[in-house]
Amino acid sequence: MAKQNKPKQVPDTGYEWDGIRELTNPPPRWWMITFHASWIFCIIYFILYPSIPLVTDHTKGILGWTMIKEFKEDVAANDAIKAPYLKKVAEMDGQALMADPGMRNFADSSAKAIFGDFCAGCHGTGGQGAPGLFPNLSDDAWLFAGDFDGIVESITDGREGSMPAHIEDIDEAGINKLTDFVIAAAQGKATPEGLAHFNASGCADCHGEDAAGGAINDLGSGATNLTDAIWRFGSSRDDVLRTIRYGVNEDPEDVPNTRIAIMPAFGDKLSPEAIKMLAVKVHQFGGGK
Amino acid sequence: MSEQEQKEIEALYTDAHHWHINAGAETIHAKRLSGRFRTYKWYAASLWISFFILPYFRSEDHQAILFDIPNRQFHLGSLTIWPQDIWMLSLLLILLAITLFAVTAIAGRVWCGYFCLQTVWTDAFTWLEDKIEGNPIQRRKLDAAPWSLQKLGKKVIKHLLWLLISIATGVTFTAYFTDAYQLWIDVVTLQAPLIAWVTIGFFVFFTYVFAGFMREQVCFWLCPYARIQSVMVDKDTELPTYDLARGEPRGKMRHNAGAQKGDCIDCRLCVGVCPTGVDIREGMQEGCITCGMCIDACDSIMDKVKRPRGLIRYASRKELSGESLPPVLKRPRVITYSVVLLLSIAGIIYGLTHIPPVELSVVHERQPLFTQMSDGSIQNRYTIKAVNKTPQRLTFRLHITGLDGVNIKMPDGDIITLQPEGTIPFHVFLRMKPALLKKKKTKIRFILESMNATDKLKIKKRSVFIGPAT
Repeated sequence: MAKQNKPKQVPDTGYEWDGIRELTNPPPRWWMITFHASWIFCIIYFILYPSIPLVTDHTKGILGWTMIKEFKEDVAANDAIKAPYLKKVAEMDGQALMADPGMRNFADSSAKAIFGDFCAGCHGTGGQGAPGLFPNLSDDAWLFAGDFDGIVESITDGREGSMPAHIEDIDEAGINKLTDFVIAAAQGKATPEGLAHFNASGCADCHGEDAAGGAINDLGSGATNLTDAIWRFGSSRDDVLRTIRYGVNEDPEDVPNTRIAIMPAFGDKLSPEAIKMLAVKVHQFGGGK
Repeated sequence: MSEQEQKEIEALYTDAHHWHINAGAETIHAKRLSGRFRTYKWYAASLWISFFILPYFRSEDHQAILFDIPNRQFHLGSLTIWPQDIWMLSLLLILLAITLFAVTAIAGRVWCGYFCLQTVWTDAFTWLEDKIEGNPIQRRKLDAAPWSLQKLGKKVIKHLLWLLISIATGVTFTAYFTDAYQLWIDVVTLQAPLIAWVTIGFFVFFTYVFAGFMREQVCFWLCPYARIQSVMVDKDTELPTYDLARGEPRGKMRHNAGAQKGDCIDCRLCVGVCPTGVDIREGMQEGCITCGMCIDACDSIMDKVKRPRGLIRYASRKELSGESLPPVLKRPRVITYSVVLLLSIAGIIYGLTHIPPVELSVVHERQPLFTQMSDGSIQNRYTIKAVNKTPQRLTFRLHITGLDGVNIKMPDGDIITLQPEGTIPFHVFLRMKPALLKKKKTKIRFILESMNATDKLKIKKRSVFIGPAT
């Protein structure tokens, strides 16, 4: 290689253009080392790992490595780390889980992926819901129950509220009057006449005599509190009119305009631990009781 | 082709001849001479002994210098530096770079010549080689000789000693990242964790290869500093330089030589002692690491031939052309570098003396930005993450400024407790009556005031409170 410093003495290939000769110097040593190291590496790799494609299959390599195997090992390693915490989640009740900062944080963080997979499609990644369609989980208005056990129950068994359609049994003027009352009640401007009409129309059977929801929830109807600032199906006059006229979860074949509000049951899709952790997360959105 | 063109092409080849490139085919066997710069080099190199000793010092209950990567802490004596203080690292890097630039501007590649681990380790390796295999002439003869028991013995001893130094280097480096004593126990009993073996192996391999085999090739072809440093040199820089006017025309010394000869007797000793194998008489070049070995060599020859010393000496180009050199502190480069140096030193000192005891971050929830509650009020959620860097428990009382009438909801009332072993992130909920909100986005501050009477810690964090459009 040192010969290259005396170009006149290096043999050439016989080609010459304009006095420039092509010399037969070997490639630099580092290049040759890299070249040989590369093909040696390739052969070792071919022997150890899956590499050569065949007609219907490929060579397996003597290490037996596959990508899915490595993935499963990683998942198992991750599960092994989580196992003791999940065991604790299974053993602890809601109150204990919420009171322990470490477990609360573990549940909140672990449930993030589960919430994203199963809940966020309707309720949004931050539990904010979709106005008029899916309830907001981060506020403190609960159609059913906002305590830990109630949330667990909602996730496990699902919820299906109901409200009858009133277009048949209340006349148009009465429905309009009820609408005026409901909108006023949410702003704290309810009139006694309005409340009297509300009670006379039979609404109090579910929504309570003060229109504040209340004990009627025991019926499992999910009758909402009409005096708070939260609207399940939108606050515009048209929205309220539609809800009173066509109700909630009536048979769509009979009442085409009825509101559909069904929370599916996740008890057979998710483990009890996962549901508990989800309940912590939902509680931590900011409205948990 | 005209005769003129032919001549120009010939000239190209002449240049190529001078442009001597050793790409590793030729092993440089440099002669070792004693002298002034040789002594300096030993002094400078001996500073590296501290590299081998420092890991074994203890401070309080831990290693004095410990880069604790798993716990994300860097211990420097009683100081603990956390990842949040890492901005100081950038200042440290600036400091090191500027020091290098400043030194290079004044006296060339001092780093390379006297202190660089590559040249120092190479120097140690060749010193051993010299002791075992003899001087360069004997070494070349030994390399060319056929294999014999004697040759094998010498080579084996040499490589064993090189490996020992490499292993000491590798383990010592690794010892800065874990308990040094335990590491040695683990290494000797072969119980060390994989990452330790990988690190040690990496350093053993590269110490052995770089200092034993590649040597000056690293400086020529691998080192970026070598290239950068060369461009920092200017006409004021003092470099080992051959005094062309005094030396030329060079020639063998003869008793009856005429007076036309220069002082250079062309003994080539300056080339023989050069660890990178360059000829300094060709002028400053990329291969020169400015170690001054050629100065020692030439001075010894000048003494013998009764000529004044300094035919090769540290001199700037201005000096050689007879101009006077501006004082060091009046050179614009030096002034600029000094200012940057002082600023970064000041920054590091400030940083080290003002490491905040608590690192706190307040993250406003983005999804949803706000929530309307059943009573009509607006709620915002914040996540608080905190690191308590002190060894004791700290308690704070939280209040919010910039938002009158805000309601705070946290796990423990308005008290925040930070344990020294780490604080679990938690949520803070702020609630406001919409009537009190003047803007869609209100700038607020989280103020944490220490409840311990002794330390008067006060932490302020900016954040926002977001509500519906008004």
